[in-house]
Amino acid sequence: MSVDATLSFEEAMEKYDPVLGFEVHVELNTKTKMFSSAPNVFGDEPNTNVNEVDLGMPGVLPVVNKTAVESSIKIGLALNCKIAESCRFARKNYFYPDTPKNFQTSQYDEPIAYDGYLDIELEDGTVFRVEIERAHMEEDAGKLTHMGGAAGRIQGADYSLVDYNRSGVPLVEIVTKPIEGAGSRAPELAKAYVAAVREIVKNLGVSDAKMERGNVRCDANVSLRPHGRERFGIRSETKNVNSLRAVEHAVRYEIQRHAAVLDSGEPVIQETRHWHEDTRSTTSGRPKSDADDYRYFPEPDLVPVVASREWVEELRATLPEPPAERRKRLKEAWGYSDLEFRDVVNAGVMDSIEETIAAGASADVARKWWMGEIVGRAKVADVDPSELGVTPQVIVELNKLVEDGKINNKMATQVLDGVLAGEGTPAEIVEKRGLAVVSDDGPLLEAIDAALAAQPDVAEKIRGGKVQAIGAIVGGVMKATRGQADAGRVRELILEKLGVEG
Amino acid sequence: MTELKNELIRHSAADLAAKLAAREVSAVEVTQAHLDRIADVDGQVNAFLHVNSEEALAVAAEVDAARAAGGAAAEELHALAGVPIAVKDLIVTIGQPTTAGSKILEGWHSPYDATVVKKLRAAKMPILGKTNLDEFAMGSSTEHSAYGPTRNPWDLDRIPGGSGGGSAAAVAAFEAPLALGTDTGGSIRQPGAVTGTVGMKPTYGAVSRYGAIAMASSLDQIGPVSRTVLDSALLQEVIGGHDPFDSTSLTDPFNNLVAAARVGNVAGMKIGIIKELHGEGYQGGVENRFNESLQLLKDAGAEIVEVSCPNLKYALGAYYLIMPSEVSSNLAKFDGVRFGMRVLPKDGPMTIERVMGATRAAGFGDEVKRRIILGTYALSAGYYDAYYGSAQKVRTLIQRDFDAAFAKADVLISPTAPTTAFKLGEKLDDPLAMYLNDVATIPANLAGIPGLSLPGGLADEDGLPVGIQLLAPAREDARLYRVGAVLESILEEKWGGPMLAQAPDLKNAVLDAASTTAGGSN
Repeated sequence: MSVDATLSFEEAMEKYDPVLGFEVHVELNTKTKMFSSAPNVFGDEPNTNVNEVDLGMPGVLPVVNKTAVESSIKIGLALNCKIAESCRFARKNYFYPDTPKNFQTSQYDEPIAYDGYLDIELEDGTVFRVEIERAHMEEDAGKLTHMGGAAGRIQGADYSLVDYNRSGVPLVEIVTKPIEGAGSRAPELAKAYVAAVREIVKNLGVSDAKMERGNVRCDANVSLRPHGRERFGIRSETKNVNSLRAVEHAVRYEIQRHAAVLDSGEPVIQETRHWHEDTRSTTSGRPKSDADDYRYFPEPDLVPVVASREWVEELRATLPEPPAERRKRLKEAWGYSDLEFRDVVNAGVMDSIEETIAAGASADVARKWWMGEIVGRAKVADVDPSELGVTPQVIVELNKLVEDGKINNKMATQVLDGVLAGEGTPAEIVEKRGLAVVSDDGPLLEAIDAALAAQPDVAEKIRGGKVQAIGAIVGGVMKATRGQADAGRVRELILEKLGVEG
Repeated sequence: MTELKNELIRHSAADLAAKLAAREVSAVEVTQAHLDRIADVDGQVNAFLHVNSEEALAVAAEVDAARAAGGAAAEELHALAGVPIAVKDLIVTIGQPTTAGSKILEGWHSPYDATVVKKLRAAKMPILGKTNLDEFAMGSSTEHSAYGPTRNPWDLDRIPGGSGGGSAAAVAAFEAPLALGTDTGGSIRQPGAVTGTVGMKPTYGAVSRYGAIAMASSLDQIGPVSRTVLDSALLQEVIGGHDPFDSTSLTDPFNNLVAAARVGNVAGMKIGIIKELHGEGYQGGVENRFNESLQLLKDAGAEIVEVSCPNLKYALGAYYLIMPSEVSSNLAKFDGVRFGMRVLPKDGPMTIERVMGATRAAGFGDEVKRRIILGTYALSAGYYDAYYGSAQKVRTLIQRDFDAAFAKADVLISPTAPTTAFKLGEKLDDPLAMYLNDVATIPANLAGIPGLSLPGGLADEDGLPVGIQLLAPAREDARLYRVGAVLESILEEKWGGPMLAQAPDLKNAVLDAASTTAGGSN
């Protein structure tokens, strides 16, 4: 594939004003599918969670999942949307083998939720309002795997496999209005917006919200216009940008690419783009025009969804605390400083810390592990911290091993590495790596004697009351025991030996 | 024995049910008699695409065993248990192929039963087999079946109507006392009219559509085909009722149908003649029989009024936009990817689009393709408002016309079809002439109201059956059975027996050699 020219981000910003737009697909975690009674379960054997409806067999009819409608209304309410009193489904007709009926049952001109907004807090505390155009219900397509050929595309593949387990999984598609005025903060806003949506649906309990599983998928629209111009430029739509970091990078990349295209005097092509995590760039997908003809028409097999005002208010009353308010509450409960809390939020580990505290750790211990150890490792591994593979239970277990004196802090970080390397549970790794703190005083006393003998002048100082000099002896012992001794115990034993009060 | 069998096949379902309950005959005898009749005459009629002898006899034997055991087992049997039935091959069945009359589904077996089939099984009604139809129910003559046309038992050179010509002919030829049909624009009623049988399109939503292969979802309705009005009422009570698998199915009970068919009077009822649905364009013999029925109803104490539904002149046009639009989407799933026929392109690259294209090119017949193309066009961006959108507005106007008409009359009446059965091949090359056959039946589908066709006598000029159509407001199916049963009894009194008694004896019929080449447009 050819590499597109890009301008530096700074230069792009100097010349152009970005306009963003997002379509975020949220898979709902209902027990059954949008229109059938087949289970909505991720990760099972292909084509096992299907029935005749999901396979589009002749004669089948859809039936709307009431829980999915409830979840959709909740999402709409959480996005400050109006909820339609009555809305219809529509058929989006196109031939593609991931869609067993060759049409997707979706909503077209009558979304269940519309005209909302979401206030997005950026890293420095600035609040940016993103207007929500609509949130509508639809069904997910099956999953195609293209075998042979290049780059996993259907073009040129030898054959393709299709898994209809995902076919009919309930989706809510959240569409923003054009987002203007973000300027150079556009990439940051993009990430923050998707993070906020993910946080909301997770908080509502309506989605598992795992981006790595495709529970939350983002299509990012980017266009540029010269500063001061009102009319929008031609947009590209980067499909399936499926991590928060990727959303940020994709928007940044597309801004840089568009700027280079515009600078060259060429028009931007209205098309879909594919995001490549490895090269952090996009490649051309298929041309997309506003005239794509899906031959939408109202789904005749379904009656309109009627959301009575009473029902909507009942659902509103069940909404959990909004994430922004929740953050305020957690900050107070955990006793973190403004800076500490903001770092936690920006690092994307607030949920993880909350889960870790719920699993039994103190607020400080949770923060120490997540901010001190895991965030850094995630950065190295280039993944989101929550996706690194550290569970709250691991941290609780590690901390308990330290508190019980079984390992010291230095060893604990080695154990963490072991966990990430897939070597087992912390206790198993301590065992396997032989990392237990030496607690038998016999070998320690021998090492202390050797250290005192090696540094008689220091020993003399300590005897003379200069207890702070003890570090040199402790260090000698720790070196001799290759760090496996409990430093506190070593200190006690040295003082005991020298007859000095600590 | 032959005498007895001959007698058995001529009984109505209600009579058979009574004889079975009284243990005068066994269900196996009744079922076998019909299977024998199918073996005897279906070579000429071609009503059946599949005969389900083994399973039908097994179900019949279960019924007989339950009756023989007595007690609870016998008491729990449905009134129609052991009464055999034929099922239009648009309705999916486990254990038998379902083709929809199309090559594209040849050899396909459904992994599930339609809701109506589940209900037939629950009632232990032996399913004799699957009946022929125009491909995907698109047609008015059954000539568009990929498996050859069905012939009209009254005249084997003529069409049995369509799309449900197979179900109507099976019942008219005494191959089955009952059958299931589907009616999107008249596919139950028009075949009923031209074969001298009773056909009922219930209120949209009165019978679950789950498992009826969709032609036009907003118009399709499963309904009964029988030889008497009472039999249709009995069958609708078996198959009707709310189905959680069909969102458009009504929650109304519809359990007063059989009682209505037994009321037996129309005194004081207002019966409205629809001005726009008779007269010009209707065959003289059809008009005569229609007027005769009006006079008989008047004599029986009904008040005859005239109503006007001015927007009915747009009904055919609206229907031929809405129906193909839905067809173009409903038939998209037949692409060779998951089930049914798969045809690979002869040359050129082997892409998924080309496999889908080759499969659909080879699997669908001309009429199906015609409607898919029409519908695809009507739904296209830039045309939607002018075509599909306008047609939906017409639909609303027609519903309002009917609302106004029903303010003046309890039921409406018209001929079911403008002509008697035409000759095989006569209209095959003229789709518009074919479409005009449904001019009187389509409005009920557009409005979602129930419509019943019953025999109204034989046309003077050709001696072929004429159908009388009754229409009632949505959810008032019972009214149709009430008026229909009265008209039927007056007419039969006049004729001195059922009209089908005048049908020729099929066993002595000789096929016109020339007509055997007429079928199959594809």
